[in-house]
This record gives sequence, structure tokens and C-alpha cells, in this order.
Amino acid sequence: MNTITTLNNPYGEDKVIDACGLFGMMDLTGRRFGSKAPVKAISNMHERGNGLGGGFAVYGLYPQHKDDYAFHIMYLNRESKERADRLLAQSFDVLHAEEMPVNLAANVWNPPMIWRYFLQPKNIAENQSHDEYVVRNVMRINTDTCGAFVFSSGKNMGVFKGVGFPEDIAEYFCLGEYEGYLWVCHGRFPTNTPGWWGGAHPFNILDWTVVHNGELSSYGINRRYLEMYGYNCTMQTDTEVMAYALDLLMRKQKLPMEVVARIMAPPLWIEIDNMEPKEKHLCTMLRQCYSSLLMNGPFTIIAAHNGEMIGLTDRIKLRPLTAGIKGSMLYLSSEEASIHLVSPHLDKVWSPRGGEPVIGRLKTLKTVEVLTPGVRK
Amino acid sequence: MKSYIEPEFIVERDQDKCIRCKVCVNQCTYDTHYYDSEDDIVCSHDENCVNCHRCVVFCPTRAINIKRNPTQYTENQNWSREVITAVKNQAETGGIILTGMGCDKPYYTYWDRILLNASQVTNPSIDPLREPMEIRTFLGCKPDKLDLELESNDLVLMTKLAPQLRVETPILFSALSYGAVSFNVHQALARAATEYGTFMNTGEGGLDRRLYKYGDHVIVQVASGRFGVSPDYLNVGAAIEIKIGQGAKPGIGGHLPGEKVTEDISRTRMIPTGTDALSPAPQHDIYSIEDLRQLIYALKEETDYTKPVSVKIAAVHNSAAIASGMVRAGADIIALDGVRGATGAAPRIIRDNVGVPIELALASVDQRLREEGIRNKASILVAGGIKNSGDVVKAIALGADAVYIGTAALVAMGCTVCQKCHTGKCPWGIATPDPWISKRVNPDIATRRLVNLLSGWSHEIKEMMGGMGINAIESLRGNRLMLRGVGLTETELKVLGIKMAGD
Repeated sequence: MNTITTLNNPYGEDKVIDACGLFGMMDLTGRRFGSKAPVKAISNMHERGNGLGGGFAVYGLYPQHKDDYAFHIMYLNRESKERADRLLAQSFDVLHAEEMPVNLAANVWNPPMIWRYFLQPKNIAENQSHDEYVVRNVMRINTDTCGAFVFSSGKNMGVFKGVGFPEDIAEYFCLGEYEGYLWVCHGRFPTNTPGWWGGAHPFNILDWTVVHNGELSSYGINRRYLEMYGYNCTMQTDTEVMAYALDLLMRKQKLPMEVVARIMAPPLWIEIDNMEPKEKHLCTMLRQCYSSLLMNGPFTIIAAHNGEMIGLTDRIKLRPLTAGIKGSMLYLSSEEASIHLVSPHLDKVWSPRGGEPVIGRLKTLKTVEVLTPGVRK
Repeated sequence: MKSYIEPEFIVERDQDKCIRCKVCVNQCTYDTHYYDSEDDIVCSHDENCVNCHRCVVFCPTRAINIKRNPTQYTENQNWSREVITAVKNQAETGGIILTGMGCDKPYYTYWDRILLNASQVTNPSIDPLREPMEIRTFLGCKPDKLDLELESNDLVLMTKLAPQLRVETPILFSALSYGAVSFNVHQALARAATEYGTFMNTGEGGLDRRLYKYGDHVIVQVASGRFGVSPDYLNVGAAIEIKIGQGAKPGIGGHLPGEKVTEDISRTRMIPTGTDALSPAPQHDIYSIEDLRQLIYALKEETDYTKPVSVKIAAVHNSAAIASGMVRAGADIIALDGVRGATGAAPRIIRDNVGVPIELALASVDQRLREEGIRNKASILVAGGIKNSGDVVKAIALGADAVYIGTAALVAMGCTVCQKCHTGKCPWGIATPDPWISKRVNPDIATRRLVNLLSGWSHEIKEMMGGMGINAIESLRGNRLMLRGVGLTETELKVLGIKMAGD
């Protein structure tokens, strides 16, 4: 645990500050496609990163193992691998394990050893949730092995990330070999220089990933609130609290994204006061009950899990987000130019309003844009 | 017995400026000034002066100056003038030394050793003159989660929320009992709270029926003497507060002398005119936490579960554990009153020596409730030493939902913190039941001054929040990363849960 915490936060700061470029694209029919377009798009936002972190999340990645938990683990030393392997063998049937194929010629900095596993939980009680079991084991490996870090743990998806520009990371992980129906990409601009592969985005737990651009002024209370529900924030990053907040609200409390958006980026009181009674009642109660999960300060996130991609900005839109649609393809990007670069003839392109999520759902062929009624128009 | 006590203050009158108008003579309720018609001169009995500045402010020619008595005892850090005077006073009277207002010692204040954060580069500060800045707050019990169900494509809320108090600024008027303060003061507090969308607290002396129309902005208090407590009273307020203790005198009861129980006050307090109103030290039906639960639920039953119930305690050494018990007993709001909290009358030795600074109590209570996972179950209101909007912002960042102000509200109406409230002769017409003197508080003007104060502080709170890049007060609440300490020990920083400035 100490090793990872030190790496994540070498200066012992309250929180690690960074900013970024984001890109996501999703085929709403579920048709899988290669890395060419997403990598091209994120490379076009080269200036939004500084080479200290790049990463990708790909969904529909392992169809031949779609019901197995796919773990991507980075190791800082051989001993940590031995310890992690022992823990994995205790808790899981290891169906397959291999060293991650990489291109050593890629321009990346100090890569760790990276392995990939396909796992099935074993010896677990009948009433116990598999997901909870996996989360607990991920936390255990990350804190108890002094150097092993599980950075991807979902089914039929995977995260690839490290220190370098996103295009270099793509080359290193040979992303040209993979296909998925949903790609999320991230280029990072940290203001300190941890140079730690685990600190890159996307942040992942189970099949949830979050990439994020911004800085939360509310981090202190968001974190204290999540701690009350057993989340241990070790990374000191905004992305981490975003991911845990989504986990709490969507996975554990089963709230739909439309509602979660109104918790993290709620309408202003003057807007709520002018809503229809039912709507007003809901929005008021959300702000009363979940006040500590209001994400205040500039942010854009692209969050994804199997079958869904979500874009959201803070309530007064202090960070950019553009959305575009071409046929069944939904694009989300920090900069509009990146979308045009990979899809010059869009059906529709728009800038979502602050606090209004853009949600792409698999097979619905529908993009949901939640518009807040009232004064904002 | 000849008194050995020397006057504390000296009144200086510029006889060239004095026009013998006798305003000072009429304004002073302590008979300090008198007119000598033989010599056509106004003079003063210095020993009567309490340094309230009523005469200074109202002298039309600014002829009066009040000075601390320059004649000092031999310099001694231990045997200061205050200490010597107290001993002499007790040697002459054999009594307890009474005082008013809050602890006047500097060494318990932490606000001034805490600094706030501001945004630079990585996130933008927000200009409250151009962007919305929200300080609306809801006080009361919140659930851990909301249950929503999808009914024919429509989200339906299944959770029912406990009653809440909505405040448009996180500042409420603290408990000031009718009897300790005049009717006009109560009226001004009620009207200002109504106008600004916040609340006044009745204190333990009931609420005059003439003020029932402001009930939606009144928190009615139930204290150990149960003065003025009736079904009407409980139901007219927006919330009920059980007063267990008070920061100025933890563990001590109260005593309103019979001469202060005038006809109006007797009617409101529901006791005969001219009788002493004694508040016992404890509530005699609360000797334990389960007794508190019974009273909380008795009050909730009486008001049909439509009003939040607050429980107010003085901050003492184990406040965190007590507060946790109070939340579990059903309190919707925890009101904490720190060692610097003020009073209409208290033994000075208690006021200055018993309790805990509110900053430390707040930090430990908020942290404990979070560790126990019950912070949502109650809001935290803090009182006792909030003297400007910076203190408000720091209190909220430490973990408070809102603050109570008492002294600041009185100062807004004219009080100069002379600490003589217990005499009942307040020359500003505030801490007095005397119908003649209390006319000095004009309710219209006092209301205006209180609303202005709330408005000024609220604007300042918004400026500070904007500087931090926060546009809703809920993102400040409990956000201790916005605070840093200066000149504090490691242990103090740990209890406050904040880092050292520069770290």
C-alpha cells in the first residue's frame, strides 16, 4: 500500500492536480471497430497532454472471454508478482494468464511488467455478489503486495495506460490488434511528475472507467463523504472520487445516469425554483440528500461501462465537451476538430450545456441528451 | 464598609464643547452624568460608568471621551487590575461575580489562526457578481440514499424526507430570551429573519403572541425552566430546540430576577409577575440519553412530525460522543455552543473557565459523526464566537451546516459589548425588560440594521466561495482542504483536521 501511495502521490499532496484531453466514440449497434480512428482523434489533441500519461478503455474487447473477469496488472518488481499470483490463485480459477504483448520500440518511459489474466471467482458464498468479491480482491492486491497494481478488472473490456503521449501508449500496447464497440481515450497533463503508469487514466473498477479533465474544488468534501461509505481514496485524484461516486450511485444505489448527472452537476436553485412541481421536488431532494457529491469546479468526464458511454461537464461548463453523431456512431471530445478529423460529414454536432449529460446506450440507437427545462435556454 | 474599588473608566468632558443639553444625563441608565445647576456644568460619577458609549454616540457636540482609568496598580502579570478588583469585590460582597456577554480572553480563539484557500491557474475562481453563487442550506435529517422507481417512463420518488429548515444564508440568530432582551429586540430579530429567509431562536423565555405571525422563521426553545412552553408555542415555530446547555455557562442554570418579570414577560413566560424565573441546571426529566430521546419524541408527537428538533449543548470535553448519542436519540439538528458563547448573565468564573472552543468541538463532532456514518442524520449548527463572515466560512469548511450569531446581532443593533447585560439597565435598550429604556430600540431601524448585516456577510461569503472556485455552499461544507493553520501545534492541527499553511 505504501509503495503505491508513494508512487501515486510522491509529494504527499492533498490531491494530485492534472488537466487533460478526452475522446470517446461508440457504435450504438455494438459493431466492433479498430483503434485507428480513436488514436488519430486523441493524437490531434497532443497539446492537451504533456506526455506524462495516456490511456485507453476498450469495450467489447474480449468476446471469447466475455463472462470472465479480465485483469490487467502492472508489477513494479518480481516479488510483487509472486505475491499477487498467490492471492489470485487463492480467490480465483485462473483460466488464462499471459504477459501483455507490447511493442518495445514504442516511445514510452520506464514501463513496468504487465500481465493479463482471465478469472472466475471461486469458493465464494452463494449470497455474495461476484462484483463485490472482485472489488475486494482488487483492493487487496493493490494494497497488500507492495508493487502489484490491478488497473483493469471488468468483463469483456480492458484498460491500457501508461506514461507517454496517448499515441505512443497505443503503439506500446499494440492497440492496432484489438477491436471494440466503444473506445475512450485520454491524454494527461499532470502538474506534478509522478511518472507512474498506474496514475494515468482511465481509472477503472470492474467494468466502469472514468476519464476526466478538470479540478474539483469540492474534492475535500466529496472524498470525506465517500469515506463514510467505505471508499478509501488512495490516489488523491479527482478521477478517483468521480469513479467512486459513480460506483456508489449507479452500481450500489442503482440510480440512473440522468439522476446521477443532477447530483454531480445539479441545476441552479433559480432554475429549480421555476420548475414544474414534480421536477422541482425531485431536484430539490437530490440537492438536499446528495449535497456532498456535488462536483464543484471545472470538470468534463467521459464515463463508460458495458453498453453505455456518458459525457458530462460541471454545472457552469468550465471545461469543454463537444458531441457528434454520424449514423450509429456517437462521438464525445474535448475539441470538436478531433471529431471532424475522423468523421468529416457528421449528421449532428453540438456542445452540450453544463450539467447536461450525453448518454449513448447500446442497441437503442439513441443518444439521450437530458435538457434541463427553464431559464438555461 | 468603604469600598476599595476604584473606577474602571474615567469620563472626560470637553467643557468648551459641552452645550449643557443634558442628553448624556438622560441617556445614561447608570446615573453617571449629572447637571450642576448652580455652576451650570455637567459632571460625572466615574465609578458608575460601564463604558457603553451611549453618551459618546449621542452627545451632539462630541464633547465626551471615555478612558480606561490611567491610575494603575503596580505592574504584575498575575495580579492584574482585573484580578485585584475581583478579589476586592468579593471581599466586600461575599458573592459570586456576575457578568454578561461571552468570554473576553483572547487565547481560546482559533478562527484567527486558520487561513482560507483560493484558486489559481489549475481551476478558475468565480466572480459572484457575474455568476450564480448559491448559499441556500437545508437543516435537518437526510437519508443515506433516495429510492427512485421507474413508472411508465417517469421517475417516481419513493423516499419521504424528514422536515427541513430552509435558510437562504447559513446564518441564524442565536437564542436570546425574552426577558433577557426586550420585546423590541425580539421583534426586530423575528422580522429580520423573516425578511432575509433565515431564523431567529426564541431562547428559553417563550415567544410573545404578538410575534406569532413570524412563526415560520422562528425556532422555539424548550429549556429546563419550560418557560412559555405550550402546544401553541411548539406548533407556531418552524423548529423546536431543546436547550441542554449554553457555551457561556455549561452545567449552570439561569436566573431571571423577579424585578425583570414585567407584565408582558409574565404572560409570555407563564409565571406570575415579579417572581424569579429560575432555570434549573439540568432538565429534570433528562438525566440520561434515553430521557433525551423521550423528550425529542414527545415534542415530535406534539407537532405531528412536521418540525425538525434541534438539541443544543455547550461544547464540553466529550462533545463528540454526546453528539453521536444525540443523533441516535433522534435529534435532527445538533447545536453546539462554544466557550466564547455569550449570555445575559453568568458567573464570570464559569464563563471564562468552562467549556471548549467551538472550532475544536465542531471539528471533533463532525469527524466523529462521519466515522460513525451518521453525519447525514443531523445538521450541525455552531454558536459562540462567530464575529465575521470569515468565521462563518471557516466554520462551514470545518463541518458546520450553518452558524448561530448572538453577539454580532446585538452589536448590529447598538450593543458595544460592555458586558453589563446582567444589570438589566442596558442603556442601548437591548438587554433590559424596562419598557421605558427598551423604547431606545426602534424595531424598524433595528430590523434594517440586522438585514444589512446578513446581507453584508452573505455577500462576503459569496466572494470567498468564488475565490475558492466553489459556487454552491454544499461544496464548502466539511471541505477542510480549503483550510490551513498558522501558529498551531501538531495536536491542534490534528484535532482540527487541517494542515499547516504552506504544507
